Amino acid sequence: MGWTRNVMRVNLTSGTIKREPLNMDWANQYLGQRGLASKYLVEEIDPKVDPLSPENKLIFTTGPLTGTMASTGGRYSVVTKGPLTGAIACSNSGGFLGAELKGAGWDMIIFEGKSPKPVYLYVENDHAELMDASEIWGRSIWDADHILHARHQDPLIRIAAVGRAAEQGCLFSAIVNDLHRAAGRSGVGTVMASKNVKAVVLRGTRGVGNIKDPKAFMQAVNAGKKVLADNAVTGQGLPKYGTQVLMNVINEIGAMPTRNMRDVQFEGASKISGEAMHEVRAGDGRANLVTNAACFGCTIACGRISVIDKNHYTIVNRPQYWGASGGLEYEAAWALGSDTGVSDLEALTYANFLCNEDGLDPITLGSTIAAAMELYEAGLITKEHTGGLELKFGSAEAVTRLTELTCRGEGFGRDIGLGSRRLCEKYGRPELSMSVKGLEFPAYDPRGIQGMGLAYATSNRGACHLRGYTVASEVLGIPVKTDPLVTDGKAELVKAFQDATSVVDSTGLCVFTTFAWTLNDIQPQVAAACEGDWSLEKLLEVGERIWNMERMFNNAAGFTAKDDTLPKRLLSEPAQTGPAKGKANDLQKMLPEYYKVRGWTPEGEPLQATRARLGL
Amino acid sequence: MLRALKLEPEKCTGCLQCEMACSYENEQLFNPSKSRIKVFNFHDSGRFAPYTCTQCAEAWCLHSCPVEAIVINAKTGAKDVLEEVCVGCKVCTIACPFGTVNYNHDTGKVQKCDLCGGQPACAEACPTGAITYVDIDQTGLDRMRAHAQRSLGASA
Repeated sequence: MGWTRNVMRVNLTSGTIKREPLNMDWANQYLGQRGLASKYLVEEIDPKVDPLSPENKLIFTTGPLTGTMASTGGRYSVVTKGPLTGAIACSNSGGFLGAELKGAGWDMIIFEGKSPKPVYLYVENDHAELMDASEIWGRSIWDADHILHARHQDPLIRIAAVGRAAEQGCLFSAIVNDLHRAAGRSGVGTVMASKNVKAVVLRGTRGVGNIKDPKAFMQAVNAGKKVLADNAVTGQGLPKYGTQVLMNVINEIGAMPTRNMRDVQFEGASKISGEAMHEVRAGDGRANLVTNAACFGCTIACGRISVIDKNHYTIVNRPQYWGASGGLEYEAAWALGSDTGVSDLEALTYANFLCNEDGLDPITLGSTIAAAMELYEAGLITKEHTGGLELKFGSAEAVTRLTELTCRGEGFGRDIGLGSRRLCEKYGRPELSMSVKGLEFPAYDPRGIQGMGLAYATSNRGACHLRGYTVASEVLGIPVKTDPLVTDGKAELVKAFQDATSVVDSTGLCVFTTFAWTLNDIQPQVAAACEGDWSLEKLLEVGERIWNMERMFNNAAGFTAKDDTLPKRLLSEPAQTGPAKGKANDLQKMLPEYYKVRGWTPEGEPLQATRARLGL
Repeated sequence: MLRALKLEPEKCTGCLQCEMACSYENEQLFNPSKSRIKVFNFHDSGRFAPYTCTQCAEAWCLHSCPVEAIVINAKTGAKDVLEEVCVGCKVCTIACPFGTVNYNHDTGKVQKCDLCGGQPACAEACPTGAITYVDIDQTGLDRMRAHAQRSLGASA
């Protein structure tokens, strides 16, 4: 049946933990993970709630395929109302934690209220307990992981934790599991810390069974694995270069946001690319990349495991950073590098290690540092603010130092911890924040990829590539090639990607499979695992229902059509180089069409007929 | 021809497909904690290593068993545990120098790799070729060929 049908409800205020049956009517309408947990959230909290108040809730959730042998079936998500945006937040992570939760016999954990003192949740199958976290509060995630493994004397426990940044109120704090996999965006870690929860520690030995039709399931799983293996991106590009396979590609098409998105091409891109990570360094005769690594059940294995050159200024005489750990993914490399104008691969790897060690979203961090650099250039931020640090574009030292300060919530790091929107408001130039609804852009400039402009403007969690990745079609030709520089047809394209992604995020599978898979590959796996009818048509309807439900939550939280926009820079400052030279993003040509395609009013509200059709 | 599992750690990505295949074959559950093959993650050096029973010719587990519950499978050469005979004394888990026989507290018996009767599920599931099932007398062949090629400076 896919689901364990068990929900753990943890009331932090009273310190009580209860088991309740999963609402199967909702599971039938929302599938799992992102969709199902969002339904719980929408039903249980006031959309206007302060995200950092005890009245907000925080849900760890798996999908029906989490913990199964379906390739990439190890995902979990964290769903809450996000503090950076005030919008619904759903942040997805890999590693091994999601499968461990499922193997312990739980579909989701709902945290509510606020603990009077720092605690962590320990779960061993049926046994769940809130434990004193005073020993690990104030410590980094890596330290906490080490201490918890020692305390429980169990090398097989899986741990998700928040770092010092979250404790200090940094608004884009991540929840990091397995040392370097993260529910990274929207500040879900900040919400967790606001509830005085430091970590979730899991041990599951019950396994995942209850597959509806085991024979059909294994057939579908094996067919899916073959498609991933035979595809050039998932079979070769991603294992070899990780998501960093995109760095040179996106730079060439002129969609590489650079220096706070003033430019669309970065002269140093090749130095921080996936290819560069394979090159032997002069410093120590080794390559940055040690190996690729997989998350639970994943037959792609795009993860990067890196070592920093011991002679690099960032880690000289600091042996705690000499070992291998999670290396640069494309988004981190872009945001910490190209957007700040820094092409020092080792410095960026170090900053990335710190993002994992203390739980920061590297996209928002890099973009916020980039905004600070532009404010510094304009003379609005000075050395007095920064404690003497020069914030010049291209300065690796500025990036690594600000990352250290933000991790610990010290000095000017507290301003960086606000995110770019609040930072730019504070220093009087709100238009310099490269964000939508308060969430910073990922690595695809919408002047060079028009459809992404619409995807960003309408994404339910703010500027995000993982809510509708039309890059697949516009750049890579998946499933069909469309012209990245035209706006025609992009409204339908964006809707199709948004709805399909909502489905993928609700299964327990990784969205990166969709470089090779369509819903036609995923549907047989879901249908064989889960009881009920899971046709392609039904999955698409579920996707559309999830999208509209999230939208209605945001509207009720106070968002309007006015928030479906892009920063002025992207709408009125044309790209200066590359194939998109002379073009800004033509959002206004796409947005009204998008509302129509969605069945929404010109004000961006789902029409009564749309709601009725989707049962909302 | 007898065959053996050939494990190549340098190809392993740590995905645990083998552990799930093993537990599914033997327990009808996706449950790494019940797998007879284990993948170890040496985090600080960025290395992964799959590990399981090598089916010793003179098997310590077999010789140590007081009730003769471990027998040689003539078809595969595997040392199989006869569950109906095993009394769960765990002496074999002490005797095995490699730790690849383990107690299962749900059944009260020991469990170890039995090569799935000649079709190892782990090898079929492995996406990178880190686990293969090859001629037992030729497990070193690929490595020899690679070294021979290198010493000649030859192309493939």
